[in-house]
Amino acid sequence: MTSAAEVRAAVAATHRSDWARIVGGLIRFTGDWTLAEDSAQEAFETALQRWERDGIPPAPGAWLTTVARNRAIDRMRRVATEQRVLRSAAALDPAEPDADDDRLRLLFTCCHPALGLEARVALTLRSVAGLTTAEIARAFLVPEPTMAQRLVRAKAKIAHAGIPYRVPPPELLGERLPGVLAVLYLLFTEGYSATSGDAVVREPLAEEAIRLARLLRELMPRETEVSALLALMLLHHARRAGRMGESGDAVPIDLQDRALWDAVAIDEAVTLLRRSGSRGPYALQASIAARHATSPSWEATDFEGIVSDYDALLLLEPSPVVALNRAIAIGMADGAAAGLDAVRQVADAPQHLALAAEADFLRRLGRREEAAAMYRSAIAVARTAPNRRYFEARLREVET
Amino acid sequence: MQYLFLIGSAPDAPAETEADDGPTIEEWAREVYEERGAGKMGDRLRPASEATTVRIRRGETLVTDGPFVEGSEYIGGFDVIECENLDEAVEIAAKHPMARHGLIEIRPVWSLGL
Repeated sequence: MTSAAEVRAAVAATHRSDWARIVGGLIRFTGDWTLAEDSAQEAFETALQRWERDGIPPAPGAWLTTVARNRAIDRMRRVATEQRVLRSAAALDPAEPDADDDRLRLLFTCCHPALGLEARVALTLRSVAGLTTAEIARAFLVPEPTMAQRLVRAKAKIAHAGIPYRVPPPELLGERLPGVLAVLYLLFTEGYSATSGDAVVREPLAEEAIRLARLLRELMPRETEVSALLALMLLHHARRAGRMGESGDAVPIDLQDRALWDAVAIDEAVTLLRRSGSRGPYALQASIAARHATSPSWEATDFEGIVSDYDALLLLEPSPVVALNRAIAIGMADGAAAGLDAVRQVADAPQHLALAAEADFLRRLGRREEAAAMYRSAIAVARTAPNRRYFEARLREVET
Repeated sequence: MQYLFLIGSAPDAPAETEADDGPTIEEWAREVYEERGAGKMGDRLRPASEATTVRIRRGETLVTDGPFVEGSEYIGGFDVIECENLDEAVEIAAKHPMARHGLIEIRPVWSLGL
C-alpha cells in the first residue's frame, strides 16, 4: 500500500512530464484525437487507483503509456476499426526514439494557422498541456459546453480539412514557428494580465505557458527565439509577487518592492537571453524586461538601453503600443519634457494608455492642473477597475 | 484529400503592379495540372449576373435569376485539386495568380462515396 497523497503526487508529476508524449503517440497511431485523449485520461485515472494498491511502478511514464495504449486498443475494438490501425497501435513502444517528435507534432498541429486563434489556444491546453475541458473553460471564463464545442470543432477541422499531423518541413518551419510562439505568449499574457479577482484562477495559465515554452526549448534547442520567449516569460513572472498590492490591485513597476522579485528566475532568464544571441521580437522584449529586472532601483534603470531596444523592436513590429512605450522610455532617459513631446507624437495609441502617460509627464513637470484634467480623462476611458483606481489615486496626488 | 478551390476577387486586393510578381495562370495550370497531376478539373466561371438558381418548393420548380448567396458574386473560377493534405493545398493555392489579385477559399470535398 502506498499513501493516497504519494500516489496523487506521482500521478500529477507523470501527468506533467508524460501527458503530451502519450497523447501525441496515440494520435500518431490511431489518427483519432478524441480517442487518444480519452484513453490517456482513463489511464491516469486507473493509475490513481492501481498505484495505491500495487505501489508506484518504477517507470511510471512507461506504465501509463502501456495502459493508455491498451485502453485505445479496447476502444477501437469496440468500434471495430481496421485491422491495419490495430496492428500499428499494438506496436507502439513506450521507449521509442522519436517520442519527442510526438510532442512537437502535437504542438505544431494544435497551432496550425488554419485553426482559429481561440481554437489553437484551447487545443494546446487540452492536448499538449493535458488540462481538462472544465479547467480550460474556467481559465477563459466561458461555460464548459462552449469550450467543449470549441474543442470538438477544432478536432473536426483537423480531421476533415486534412491538416497534417506533423512538424512542418524545414521550408515551412520559419513561417510556422512564430505562430506557435504567439499561442504560447498569448497563453502567458492571458494568465498574467489578470490583476484582481481572477488572478487565483489564472496564474496556472502563466505557469502552463512557461512549462510549454520549456518543453519547446528542450525540443528545439537551436531556435533562438524560443529561448528568448522563455526568458521573457520568466522575467515577467519573476516580478509577480511585487506586482500585487495589498488591495489586490497591480502596483506599477516604479513603486514595486524589488526584494519581492524572484532573483533565481531573473538569473536564469538573463543567462538564457544572453546565450540565445537572438535579436528577434521576443529577445528585444526580454532585453527590455531584463534591464528593468536587474536594476537595483527604478531611478538606476538603463533607460537609454531600453530606448534602443524599443527602436529595434519598432523596426521589426511597428505598433502604436510599442511606439508609446518607447516614448515613455525617452521621458525616463531624457526627462519629462522630452517624454511629453515624444508621447504626443505617437499616433493611434490606445487612448487610456496615452492619456495616462501624458498625465504622468505633466505631473512630473509640476503642471498639476493639466495633469489632473488628463487623469480625469484617463479615468473616463479606463478599461479595468484596477486601472481606474490607479488613475484616481494619482489624481488625488496632484489635487492635494 | 480532395479540395475545391473557389477563386474569388477581393475588395482588399493590392494594386495590379504590386501583385504582378509571380506565376501566370498558364504557368500555374501547367505545373498543377500537367506536371503534378494534382488538378482534376477547373475553369473560369461566367459572372454571377448570369447565374440561375433552381429550387423545388411545394412540388413546384422555381427558377430565379442570380446567385443563391450574397458573396458568391465574387467567385470567378474553381479548381478541383487532389493532394496530400491542407499544407500542400495551401502551397498550390498560394501560387495561383488570384491569390495575389483576389483570394482563394479551400473547401475539403466531403465525399458521398457514390
